[in-house]
Amino acid sequence: MKKLFIAAPLALCASVAIADDLQAKVEDMMLKSFQANGIASLDRQKQDAVQKACSSATQPDADTMKRLEAAELATIQWPSDGNYTGGDWKEGQKIAASGRGLTWTDKTPDNNGGGCYNCHAMDPKEVSEGTIGPSLEGYAKLRGNSEEVVKYTWGKLWNSKAYNACSDMPRNGYGGILTEAQIRHVMAYLFDPASPVNQ
Amino acid sequence: MASPMRIRAAAKDGVTEVRVLMSHVMETGQRKDSSGAVIPAHFITELTAKHNDKVVLSAEFGPSVSTNPYLAFKFNGGAKGDKVAVTWVDNKGETRTDEVQVA
Amino acid sequence: MRKQLKAIAVSVGVALAAPVFAQEELNFDAYREMLADGNPAELYEMEGEELWRTARGPRNATLEQCDLGLGAGVVAGAAAQLPRFFKDTGKVQDLESRLMHCMETLQGIPSEEIVKGKFRQGERAKMAALVAYVVTHSKGEKIAVDLSHPKMKEMYELGERAFYYRTGAMDFSCASCHSQDDKRIRATQLPNITKPEGAAAGWGSWPAYRVSNSQFWTMQHRLWDCFRQQRTAEPIFASDVTIALSVFMAGKGNGAEAQWPGVKR
Repeated sequence: MKKLFIAAPLALCASVAIADDLQAKVEDMMLKSFQANGIASLDRQKQDAVQKACSSATQPDADTMKRLEAAELATIQWPSDGNYTGGDWKEGQKIAASGRGLTWTDKTPDNNGGGCYNCHAMDPKEVSEGTIGPSLEGYAKLRGNSEEVVKYTWGKLWNSKAYNACSDMPRNGYGGILTEAQIRHVMAYLFDPASPVNQ
Repeated sequence: MASPMRIRAAAKDGVTEVRVLMSHVMETGQRKDSSGAVIPAHFITELTAKHNDKVVLSAEFGPSVSTNPYLAFKFNGGAKGDKVAVTWVDNKGETRTDEVQVA
Repeated sequence: MRKQLKAIAVSVGVALAAPVFAQEELNFDAYREMLADGNPAELYEMEGEELWRTARGPRNATLEQCDLGLGAGVVAGAAAQLPRFFKDTGKVQDLESRLMHCMETLQGIPSEEIVKGKFRQGERAKMAALVAYVVTHSKGEKIAVDLSHPKMKEMYELGERAFYYRTGAMDFSCASCHSQDDKRIRATQLPNITKPEGAAAGWGSWPAYRVSNSQFWTMQHRLWDCFRQQRTAEPIFASDVTIALSVFMAGKGNGAEAQWPGVKR
């Protein structure tokens, strides 16, 4: 009995030590196996809190998720003029269709696409559309344009992790992928009754 | 210098099937490089296939054919050990001939 | 007769020109069927076979004594058991890093030249042809990677962690795109690499000839471009992360038939 009592905590320590050792090795590998190239610097190999928490097959516990989401929510910049409209759906369409930007072959970190079609269906007439994210066909037609929906959509576009810490969607505004003006255009693509998304 | 083709020829029931894979850029002359300059046209214009010394296929190619073109065709006759030779000529006057024995 | 033959040739040519999708639906199976015969990867394989036997480099030697894991000069089935742990280097190596080792030790071609080089250029382009040659001689073989060595076990575990490792400008990991069944990016189907079938589909169909850009890509090249689109920094050629991910995919895909070299959109 006494022996068992001693052995159990020891075994636990050993397995934790191995796991930590592996984690340290992975972090080291994810840095040392890479090199900076153009705009893609080695900073990209360091994880922030959300990236670190969401790097396994299983999500963190509910409390951790909530804590992370609250921190991400605080990063969202709401429209500077308090107005979510004013974008041009035609510009939004171009941004949604372009998957370009932020690779080491891109010359500048600006003028990026939103890459929306990589993962989402949007215009029902477009066949080359990804399926990783939910379909956004008929976005405003189905969801309406209540303040709640509009605000959520802006927030989701700006920082998706505020609503699901481990979302697959990039943090467009927070991550400097899209500008406020570009997000406004994507909003128009989703909400404008004349946009192909709502036909 | 032009790279070799890969040719396979197999006879079965009096018909020989020939499959040819050509190594060629097949540049259309419509494309531009990253600096905006037009990439000059460079594509196969003619292709001839011979069974022993008899022409069994003569084809005109153009810029709409893909890079590294693949061509399969059949002709009547042909027996194991016969020669099949394929020749292409491109718009720059380059040419390449390769030959195989029918299997 | 002449006219008729010409018509056949033209129709064959058109079928292989730029990919044309039916507007109503994305018919992947019909498209693949059209591509299956006449994979231009064979042109690279021919070049690679020649290179294997050609005396080259400062030592003017061939690669015929290169040991890919099954003994000096054995090419048949060699790709199917890679990556593996090699006693002589004390490292886990994939096909490309092993070929690089052979090129350096047998031919005197510095590995640096390949590591610092660019895909489809110089010695790295020659290596891709060699890869085409070697993998073609494992076509239809079952993936049989031996994970029993402790270093292989460790590489597998590191590969699995790397697979889920989110980083970079868009928070992506490999898992962002490759951990669910039947998903697509635009019109590109994505294998679910967390499952044996998906891992085998990915590992067992690269290296491949890509019809859309008329290029032959090795697995190192494939991984490099995955990371580019993942918006990370640039992975170093044959670095640990590329080997670890390869061990993870090959190990998970063990037992499935390899379709090397693949042909892709």
